[in-house]
Amino acid sequence: MKLAEVRNLAVGIVVALLAIAVPLVSDGYWLSIATTAMMYIALSTSWALFSGPTHLIALSTGAFFGIGGYLVGTGMSDYELDFWLMAAVAPFVAMFLALLIGLATLRLSGVYFVIFTLGLAEMIRNLVSWIQNNFLGSRGLYVLTDFTDAHIYWMLLAVAIVVFLTGWWINRSRLGFALRIIGNDEEVAKHVGIDTAWSKVTLFMTTGFFAALVGAIVAPRYSYIEPNVVFSPQLSFLVVIMALLGGVHRLWGPLVGVIPFTLMWEAITIFFPSSTTLFLGISFLLIVYLIPNGFVGMFESGLARLRR
Amino acid sequence: MMQGEPILKISNLSKRFGGLVAVDDLTFNVREHEVMGIIGPNGSGKSTTLNLISGALRASDGMIVLEGQDLTVLPPHKIARAGVARTFQLVRILPKLSVIENVIAGAAFASKPRWGGEAELFASALLERLELGDKKHLGVDSLTYIDQKRLELARALASEPEILLLDEWLAGLNPSELQIGIELISRLRNEGRTIILVEHVMDAIRSLCDRCVVMNSGKKIAEGTPAEVLSDPEVVRAYLGDG
Ligand SMILES: Nc1ncnc2c1ncn2[C@@H]1O[C@H](COP(=O)(O)OP(=O)(O)OP(=O)(O)O)[C@@H](O)[C@H]1O
Ligand SMILES: [Mg+2]
Repeated sequence: MKLAEVRNLAVGIVVALLAIAVPLVSDGYWLSIATTAMMYIALSTSWALFSGPTHLIALSTGAFFGIGGYLVGTGMSDYELDFWLMAAVAPFVAMFLALLIGLATLRLSGVYFVIFTLGLAEMIRNLVSWIQNNFLGSRGLYVLTDFTDAHIYWMLLAVAIVVFLTGWWINRSRLGFALRIIGNDEEVAKHVGIDTAWSKVTLFMTTGFFAALVGAIVAPRYSYIEPNVVFSPQLSFLVVIMALLGGVHRLWGPLVGVIPFTLMWEAITIFFPSSTTLFLGISFLLIVYLIPNGFVGMFESGLARLRR
Repeated sequence: MMQGEPILKISNLSKRFGGLVAVDDLTFNVREHEVMGIIGPNGSGKSTTLNLISGALRASDGMIVLEGQDLTVLPPHKIARAGVARTFQLVRILPKLSVIENVIAGAAFASKPRWGGEAELFASALLERLELGDKKHLGVDSLTYIDQKRLELARALASEPEILLLDEWLAGLNPSELQIGIELISRLRNEGRTIILVEHVMDAIRSLCDRCVVMNSGKKIAEGTPAEVLSDPEVVRAYLGDG
């Protein structure tokens, strides 16, 4: 291991230990915000595993997240299945869906990929709602567990840690290198022997897996699940915004974006509850125009200027 | 170096773009250790031929066989792993990777993949040989044009290909760089590599190629040693533009 890696690992362990302690020192309100932040850390970081190197902006997080939440909801409420069973099954269902989406979108680039993933997520949302309302009865899905916010927070932290370890491993592997080459020039990638299709689909499936896992874990927070709510397009956008705000070219970039944005978003939903979509759009524009490489990019280029 | 058996066999290869026949019933072989030139006027189908061989384009007709393996319908990554490496007419290096990473990109996914410390040693040695050794940790934006060309060549060599496709690798070099470039390719030739060289620079064709194929409007109009084909009246006509 190189020196920088040892340092990063040490910093990572310290941050993780501090994060474990959060529920012990915060009250209900702040713990709830911390839980939301932890959810977005896991989601944005895993989103960036695929979208960072490939520059393909996927707006399907809500669909995978929804699969997690919905399967836990319908499993526990309609079939009296165990939470853990559903939380274990959902990520694999999402992975399979990601495989299908991946295969369908392989030839799409740039804006077509964005539109396709958004459209597909919306289609899934409507389809599940329709099936729920017409065939399964439109009664609500209750997720009753004895998890406290602290439990959910810790489970999300565990997922986030696994996401970081996965990302760290991918970045060192040939798969991670392949993705970077694809992001640079897909034609060259093919010509040096990279199975670009399979590399992209593998990473996309990883992203889908984690999003569904997160969706399953936070389902008990809602206690009442409605397809239209868990298959949330807004969530897809928030995940993208937070990741871009932090910077997607580093593993820890999204983390840097999530924390301030979660706080700001909390304020926005309190003070302007009816215009959240407006703020979502404004944030997106500001980030893309003003800090295209995120806080991390800003920080790094500042550092480079100082050194010169 | 003695030339061996044919290793690449191209037979009746065609590529149509709508009504345009860019490559028309093209047949030729490339022997092991041979430098085969492809020349012809602009738009005669030289790059398209290389694109068909490397799998960037799918043939409309005909066959491409490398050492007994049919490449005709394989996707480019499988063709690369079968031992075909190439450079592009408009140089394509990976802009956000360092110089050495650009070379490792060529080595990491080849038929005999190299990764980690081994890949770094191998790439460093290759860069030394192409006189880029002192630039290996730089970003590619600091490279001059000829260094970018060298780097692209290094990436192609990093896969240890059975056959190397160079699409106007010498184009755009100034006269002194051109000498360096020709020198470099002649070194590859002396190492016994099998190369297909698409080129407009006639000096390079004469000094580097064992044989060449002349194309015009997608068709092969001549094949032979550079001296033979360049004195062929049909070739002269094609180049003068009334062929
Ligand atoms: N992807 C494509 N789609 C449509 N037409 C194409 C395509 N690629 C090449 N062509 C056409 O095929 C013909 C042959 O082009 P090609 O690039 O192979 O020529 P070339 O011999 O490499 O020329 P040059 O010396 O200018 O590089 C040209 O008429 C070109 O316009
Ligand atoms: Mg050409």
